[in-house]
Amino acid sequence: MSGIARLPARPRVRAAGLLVLADGTTFEGETIGHRAPGGAPTTGEVVFNTVLTGYQEVITDPSYAGQVICFTCPHIGNYGVAPDDDESRRPFCRGVIVRELSERPSNWRAAESLDDFLDRHRVPGLAGVDTRRLTRHIRTAGAMPCAFGAVEGEGALDPADIAAAAREAPGTEGVDLVAEVTTSAPYRYEPANGAGPEGGAQGLSVVAYDFGIKRNILRHLSAMAAVEVVPASTPAAEVLARRPDGVFLSNGPGDPAAVAGAAGTVAALLGEVPVFGICLGHQLLGAALGGRTYKLKFGHHGGNHPVRRMADGAVEITSQNHNYALADGTVPGADVTHVNLNDGVVEGIACRDAPAFGVQYHPEAGPGPHDARYLFERFRSLMTGAR
Amino acid sequence: MPRRDDLKSILVIGSGPIVIGQACEFDYSGTQACRVLGAEGYRVILANSNPATIMTDPDFADRTYVEPLTVEVLTAIIERESPDAVLPTLGGQTALNLAMQLHERGVLRRCGTEMIGASATAIATAENRERFKDAMTGIGLAVPDSGFAHTFGEAVGVAERIGFPLIVRPSYILGGAGTGIATDMASFTDIAAGGLDASPVSEILIERSIAGWKEYELEVMRDRADNCVVICSIENFDPMGVHTGDSITVAPAQTLSDVEFQQMRDAAFACIRRIGVETGGSNIQFAIDPASGEMVVIEMNPRVSRSSALASKATGFPIAKIAARLAVGYTLDEIVNDITRATPASFEPAIDYVVTKLPRWAFEKFPGIPDVLGTRMQSVGEAMAIGRTFAESLQKGLRSLETGRFGLGCDPAESSFDAWSDDELVRHAAVATPDRPFQLAAALLRGVSVERLHRATGVDPWFLDQLERIVDERGHLASIGSAAGMRRADWRRAKRLGFADAQLAWLWNAAEEEVRAARLAAGVRATMKTVDTCAAEFEARTPYHYSTYEDTDEVSDSDRPKVIILGSGPNRIGQGVEFDYCCVQASFALRAAGFETVMVNCNPETVSTDYDTSDRLYFEPVTWEDVANVIDVESATGDVVGVIVSLGGQTPLKLAGLLRSGLVLGTSPDSIDLAEDRERWSALCDRLGIPQPAGGMALSAEAAAAVADRVGYPALVRPSYVLGGRAMEIVYDGADLRRAMKEMAASGSLGREGGLAAQRPVLIDRFLEDAVEVDVDAVRDATGAMLIGAVMEHVEEAGVHSGDSACVIPPPTLDAETIATIEGHTRAIADALDVRGPINVQYAVQGGGQRSGGERGDPVVGSAGGAPRVFVIEANPRASRTVPFVSKATGVPLAKVAARVIAGATLDELRAEGLLRPPVAGGHVSVKEAVLPFSRFPDADTLLGPEMRSTGEVMGIDASFGLAFAKSQAAAGDELPGAGTVFWSLADRDKDAGLRVAMRLVQLGFSIAATSGTAAHLRAAGVPVETVVAKVGEESGVDAVELIRSGQVSMVVNTPRGRGPRADGAHIRRAASAHRIACLTTVAAARAAVAGIADRGDRPFAVRSLQEYHAVEQLPLA
Repeated sequence: MSGIARLPARPRVRAAGLLVLADGTTFEGETIGHRAPGGAPTTGEVVFNTVLTGYQEVITDPSYAGQVICFTCPHIGNYGVAPDDDESRRPFCRGVIVRELSERPSNWRAAESLDDFLDRHRVPGLAGVDTRRLTRHIRTAGAMPCAFGAVEGEGALDPADIAAAAREAPGTEGVDLVAEVTTSAPYRYEPANGAGPEGGAQGLSVVAYDFGIKRNILRHLSAMAAVEVVPASTPAAEVLARRPDGVFLSNGPGDPAAVAGAAGTVAALLGEVPVFGICLGHQLLGAALGGRTYKLKFGHHGGNHPVRRMADGAVEITSQNHNYALADGTVPGADVTHVNLNDGVVEGIACRDAPAFGVQYHPEAGPGPHDARYLFERFRSLMTGAR
Repeated sequence: MPRRDDLKSILVIGSGPIVIGQACEFDYSGTQACRVLGAEGYRVILANSNPATIMTDPDFADRTYVEPLTVEVLTAIIERESPDAVLPTLGGQTALNLAMQLHERGVLRRCGTEMIGASATAIATAENRERFKDAMTGIGLAVPDSGFAHTFGEAVGVAERIGFPLIVRPSYILGGAGTGIATDMASFTDIAAGGLDASPVSEILIERSIAGWKEYELEVMRDRADNCVVICSIENFDPMGVHTGDSITVAPAQTLSDVEFQQMRDAAFACIRRIGVETGGSNIQFAIDPASGEMVVIEMNPRVSRSSALASKATGFPIAKIAARLAVGYTLDEIVNDITRATPASFEPAIDYVVTKLPRWAFEKFPGIPDVLGTRMQSVGEAMAIGRTFAESLQKGLRSLETGRFGLGCDPAESSFDAWSDDELVRHAAVATPDRPFQLAAALLRGVSVERLHRATGVDPWFLDQLERIVDERGHLASIGSAAGMRRADWRRAKRLGFADAQLAWLWNAAEEEVRAARLAAGVRATMKTVDTCAAEFEARTPYHYSTYEDTDEVSDSDRPKVIILGSGPNRIGQGVEFDYCCVQASFALRAAGFETVMVNCNPETVSTDYDTSDRLYFEPVTWEDVANVIDVESATGDVVGVIVSLGGQTPLKLAGLLRSGLVLGTSPDSIDLAEDRERWSALCDRLGIPQPAGGMALSAEAAAAVADRVGYPALVRPSYVLGGRAMEIVYDGADLRRAMKEMAASGSLGREGGLAAQRPVLIDRFLEDAVEVDVDAVRDATGAMLIGAVMEHVEEAGVHSGDSACVIPPPTLDAETIATIEGHTRAIADALDVRGPINVQYAVQGGGQRSGGERGDPVVGSAGGAPRVFVIEANPRASRTVPFVSKATGVPLAKVAARVIAGATLDELRAEGLLRPPVAGGHVSVKEAVLPFSRFPDADTLLGPEMRSTGEVMGIDASFGLAFAKSQAAAGDELPGAGTVFWSLADRDKDAGLRVAMRLVQLGFSIAATSGTAAHLRAAGVPVETVVAKVGEESGVDAVELIRSGQVSMVVNTPRGRGPRADGAHIRRAASAHRIACLTTVAAARAAVAGIADRGDRPFAVRSLQEYHAVEQLPLA
């Protein structure tokens, strides 16, 4: 039986809501998800994501900590939420903005509606918003702080208060959001399906730094190695003491320059053990090599970015989620291995004199295309080659 | 990788006539290909038999062969042109099949012509069911399990292996006879036995039934560096079991999670790689079990398709254009995305709206054919709509169809199901028909649950939930009760769900204009968003817009004078690609003249809805509300000179009277009405002294009988304001007339056509028997100067709809005096209507004709002598269906000239400019032949009549009428025989006329078979008849149907009186159609065929390009 039998329509009474950007631009909508009684406006940095499928993976991606996600795809919530598709233990984003939220999800795997999921995880949102206008505004004015909330019904907010909250909300620059999302203690990752890692046969082990790691990365790593996940602040020496075959630097939210001590930690690992970084991990690898990072105007958030693999010229369609990037030509000792064909942003580097590489995009997908899965294989080769 | 320099010339094969399943989407793809290859500097050679297409305009290729698409003709073209390559992937299944035959016969190898786009191996693997299944299984993809059986024992074995439910399909059976779904062994026993019996080769295919599964398509592209991208995902509203061409489809897919979508994407890439499509686009269909998520591959098309045209329009990513570039060696990353002009084509479009495609059917044209949808496509056209939500796009799509509906109900037709109980309603909805969306809405309105409807229909609950939102909102709007009660938020919510003002007006018993005014006063107006391939991530350079109800517009200002061109909406019988041709030519001509052109249309198959065609494109329904929105926003952003309503057929013409006065360019709305309004028109003809057939109007059966008694029988009856001869009939006596009136009064099918109201009068005219029908296309400018584009003579006599009749330029039998009379009348009518642009006038010429029995010049047997009399039948001050044919026959770009004249130019100015060249009048004869969809409707009678039923047309050009006619028949798929037996069965009134034709056949070496009555008549006149057949079903002797089935007949001539499936004739014609034997239903057509057979002899057709025909002697303009 499809998901419908278990998920009867549950129309909610929605209140008129208002979204205000830091520059004062306003958008009408209606409240969805969690609504804190008598709460303050929700604030965060508003970014847009262009994926057509995978809203659940996006919402549960810890890299969105501190951000309000505007989906450009107008219908969100259509296939509900399935626990297997969560990318972390809970959503870390501040809010969700959509054009149309589906009340009656339909998919055989659906366990609950997105509306209920958001409510349960205390994530507020707005529906009915002209998300295309919002996207175009962000495209021209750049990602910026915003605030939103209900302006009618119980606990209605004064639009002026929402506007003030938007003006006062901090951005992401210089804020260490990793501390908010990283694991508090090391743990060994066990694949949900109970199957032991294939890598176990080869006896490979990987230590994964959790800057906000996605489960799909852990699934890929655990397919080739035993995986130990450690907090972002774990010193290099402690990691090396575990004698791993490789160290993985995860994705994560916000400004790489604000992640305390991370670049130094990575520098200490280089040459000692094969290193693979994704997204924030890639930026930290670059920073460890002396590279400079900068903030893009509105970032890359979507599942359709073409990236050229410089080695053979092939094009990979990639899943992306980042606001910061490595500045081209600023990373001594590394080759640029991948470049974004839309705007030339550095998408991958490889260290010249150490077994270390990183990509800005998400080869683990979740959501997004599987074109770049070979990178995990490359990491395995580095590890087995280094033995 | 750069473009290939080793290729210099490329042959592009078109898809031929518009038929069901292969429509003008291939004109769109072929036109794109020709433009791209031309721009890349290749010498482009085009072969396509369809004169109505834009691609066959001589500007689009270096050599344009409007010749029959047969292997023999293509071989002749290849031998003549020696192209380095042939590109077969942009002309549908027709082109693909022809390329495979050219390959198999060694023509390509012998001539050194390479197949590009897809290899023969790849095509064979994709097209052969068994090879495809093996290939997919080999790469780990599931396909529905199946097996063939030749005996009952084998069948049971296969069934036990696969498991139930199963679908049983007998092999080599037309029309799906013997097909059935078995749910258990008991039902399987019956179905399998019946199927084995029905199959002439005793073979059945037994396949796991996945009816009810969710159906998806992915449009995939691959380049020669092996980069693959998904351009678009499409989800069918109707579950598996309905042909995707007959399904409502939605882009992007709505109910797939990312996990499922990526699995499908991986499978699609594995499929295109395994099949070996090296460059270009492919369409891959999948089904998913809604209960378990299990996915199977259904099929793949290694070419651009109807779906890829839809995907191109849905995303802004021009698949055919890119496919053509990939075929000549580019890679995706070397091609720039036209829309952003900053990013490469190697990406996957992100869209931020919902696209819904709805099919349009023509069941009302085929009495007796049930409107049940199945695995064979039956729709004749489609509309696409863009909205920010599914609900909005669905309702926009429904009103785009022009079937008298403005959305999901809120109209008089919504009471159609009132007589049914809830159970009956659900039971009806369970069977897919064109009415299903409305039945679902009616059920939801009554409170039938989404769960129950899902179980009954298999339609996904998500879609049903969206319908329920519309239905709920309808209740809310009804409770508000009037425009005055609507607050801004109410308006916004209703419009965001896609409600048309016309629906609200019906709901509130108000006028549409009042509703619009109240809404605008409340500050709720349509906003125009942009299709940009990237969900606004990058700036769009291409103004491709759609309306929705959001906060802001995205239309930019412009400083050139703007002309808005209204397109023709979805293809339907009577209004097809010809009108798109006119609109597109107009856009090209006006752009060249310095105007900014703004196109409004909703047909995703067309060239007009290519964002490259006009300066701006609004993908919108062609209704008053939606057009008014475009006019408002365009007026706010620049100077609108006016709106062209006369090039898109009846669709825009109907809006002429509703547009702000002074906005209609060209002929005035009053003149349009003058030509449409029966009484005003008759008065005008009387004043001009132009004879018309006697006639009158009637609102009741009694009044009709009175008119018919006055004018005499046979009489032609037809409703006013219809298209394509809808419900037009010839009645022979009072009883016949009463029956016809009763049928017309019954609502149903007539109500579907453009909102026709039952109270519109019925027109009754004396039917002119044995009259020659003549069409004239002309253009008149504001100074009164006239250009007669062509005088066309129809092969079939008056009584066969002009759209279904073959027609000839120059007229083969009319004398100079008659032609002069016709031209004179045309001038007089155009002057009287003060036409500023195109006009088409139809005439019937009675008596004194020169119709011969195979040899030109002989007097017509049995015809009344004396001077011919010219009667005017009707005049339409708009571009006609024949405009593209005239252009191709004469070399005059009639549509461009008409468009410029509409926008104010004079014919003299256009001559001076060089746009208007003198017509090519000598040296060749052009024949246009209609193509009818009978192979799709095997139970329909193939008899031609006053109701148009053809879906497309082909053109034959050659040195003589006979050769041109023979080519036109070959192009239409009915190659004339060179020898054999011709079967004759004539109506009494045709028996004399048929004599000479039969005699000529005997002289040409044919044998004659005939029914007893016809045989007696032929023998009495000295025509030898070899075989006399019995009446169908008679005990003694072989009957005609058996004779045809036995393969002993090479051509059939059957001319019945009246219509209907009651007589032998219907069986005979159906048998001929089923066995693909040329079947001529008029003596005139038989006469033409004999001329063709005689002229051709046993020689192959000679081929010649339009460019060559147009370069010969040019006569000075009259």
